[in-house]
Amino acid sequence: MNIVNAILEKLKTMGLLRNSNALFKAGIIIVAGIIILSALAPLLTPYSPIVGTGDELAPPSLKHPMGTNNLGYDMFSRVLYGARTVLTVVVSATLLSMAIGVPLGLISGYYGGKVDRAISIVMDSMYAFPSLILALAIAAVLGASLINAIIAIAVVYVPTYFRMVRGQTLSIKSLLYVEAARALGASDSRIITRYVFPNLLPTVLVVFSMNIADAILTEAGLSFLGFSVPPPTPDWGADLRVGHSFMLAGYWWLVAFPGLMIMLLATGFALIGEGLSDILNPRREAVG
Amino acid sequence: MVLLSVSNLKKYFPLQKSFIERVISRRKQYVKAVDGISFIIREGEVFSLVGESGCGKTTTGRLIVRLETPDSGKIVFDGKDITFAKEKELRPLRRKMQIIFQDPYASLNPRMTIGDAIAEPLIIHGIADKREAREKALEMLVNVGLTPPELFYKAYPHQLSGGQRQRVVIARAMILKPKFIVADEPVSMIDVSLRASILKLLMKFKKDFNLTMLFITHDLAVARLISDVVAVMYLGKIVEIAPVDELVENPLHPYTKALLSSVPTIVPQMKREKIILKGDVPNPINPPSGCRLHPRCPLAIERCSKEEPKLKYVGNNHYVACHLL
Ligand SMILES: Nc1ncnc2c1ncn2[C@@H]1O[C@H](COP(=O)(O)OP(=O)(O)OP(=O)(O)O)[C@@H](O)[C@H]1O
Ligand SMILES: [Mg+2]
Repeated sequence: MNIVNAILEKLKTMGLLRNSNALFKAGIIIVAGIIILSALAPLLTPYSPIVGTGDELAPPSLKHPMGTNNLGYDMFSRVLYGARTVLTVVVSATLLSMAIGVPLGLISGYYGGKVDRAISIVMDSMYAFPSLILALAIAAVLGASLINAIIAIAVVYVPTYFRMVRGQTLSIKSLLYVEAARALGASDSRIITRYVFPNLLPTVLVVFSMNIADAILTEAGLSFLGFSVPPPTPDWGADLRVGHSFMLAGYWWLVAFPGLMIMLLATGFALIGEGLSDILNPRREAVG
Repeated sequence: MVLLSVSNLKKYFPLQKSFIERVISRRKQYVKAVDGISFIIREGEVFSLVGESGCGKTTTGRLIVRLETPDSGKIVFDGKDITFAKEKELRPLRRKMQIIFQDPYASLNPRMTIGDAIAEPLIIHGIADKREAREKALEMLVNVGLTPPELFYKAYPHQLSGGQRQRVVIARAMILKPKFIVADEPVSMIDVSLRASILKLLMKFKKDFNLTMLFITHDLAVARLISDVVAVMYLGKIVEIAPVDELVENPLHPYTKALLSSVPTIVPQMKREKIILKGDVPNPINPPSGCRLHPRCPLAIERCSKEEPKLKYVGNNHYVACHLL
């Protein structure tokens, strides 16, 4: 995340991304571009990502735009199909975190008391761990598989949603329109779903896209260390792991392309998040 | 018939102290927002609560509709003791009693359309299904002068002016045809030119539904226009209650007289002793002993600083808390 933020900052100070709409659009273009390319993978490359071409460690050429790896797999094909793996893991994981973290945050913030304290202690102690370490620990216990990688990453990001939603719930709960709903006779569940939740939804969306950016890096870290999808499933982090041992020998294309894609996709989501938060915030203030 | 009776109602707010203050002094301090007030409101009556900023008017209103729980005292509404009723027991009662807040900008959910906001009470209380609620909300929009109703139904609060929003808030409160309504300075945050029309609208509903109303205001001139009975509040206490004409023509408490002196337009032809109070409203954290007005009262005698005056009946439905009578 830090690297991504640094890139964003750099782009901003260079004056390339002055307005938030441009940020948002740039993010959408990057993310949509990668999604479309990976969806069209069978049309764009004749090679399977998990069948050797017989041509090992070939440098980038017209035939193999990103070269081939030590097993003769076409790297361009692996990068395109790898996007599917990465997006599947990361999007399912963050959706799962959101599905758990948001309701917990709403309940904790709205009702307060002992339940709030208990949930908060668990969440805060989880939050204190660096995300990759925690994901690693969980994945190590569960074993390496697609589903387990999703679960490990999902667990790691639950506190992110929880903390944000709890804080927002606390402040929205004290607003006059919530009091007014109570005076009308609205039940707690109605107040939570119709008054509190819609008003924190924009922030959830911002956190969601920022969170995907972070989760992409965590996923890459997990698979780099061998705790995500088992080989030969195409996956950028796994390819980095394979490629890094060939780095010193000069086969730079094994790491360069997957690495670039990780950065690009993460930056894309971070840009969407930044843009969204700028676009959504002023209106929220104007509305009061 | 008495619809609401309040007796010896108290609400103290604990003062938030900084860490250092807490270390130095263990003693808890309180803002005595409402400090033992009693009054009754009869069915169909407009009862005004008048007083300067910070005297506890809003707190009184919020206690009565039980958005706040009293520390002690008693609130009986429509024959039911609701002083310490739980939220669950209160919910069905809320159909009969509503509150309009001072701030129309903050009273509406920014993410709910105007129409949905007005239909909301019908759905909450299971009175109408979605389609009926919509019909009624559209009708209500016309009643409060927001036409064409279809257009306003779909609008969001930020697209409306303060005056229009307060009309929406009134519509939302009135769609349940409540018996009783607390109107907490409903026009004080609205453009001066629109105030009269909003008050008129309120009074129209009052007449149509035979509403009983607790009207909170700091403006005696407004209270004079619309109320049947006026209670004057000072630092958490009620100092005088009387029918509106009686209060204006024959004010007995020095504080009421002072308030009236500051609005000469009410009864300009009347010659009356002018009372000008000394200084400002004291801090409600450590209110003065005895009669709370005594440090500012030009007529104060020794007894005023020692003994708290009780609300006394002086005839003509007129009550006053002053040692000089
Ligand atoms: N929730 C609260 N917590 C702490 N103090 C409060 C709270 N609500 C009100 N107070 C204090 O209680 C006192 C009375 O406040 P209240 O809002 O009832 O006055 P008011 O007569 O409505 O004033 P205004 O005309 O400004 O609306 C004030 O000193 C206020 O600061
Ligand atoms: Mg007030």
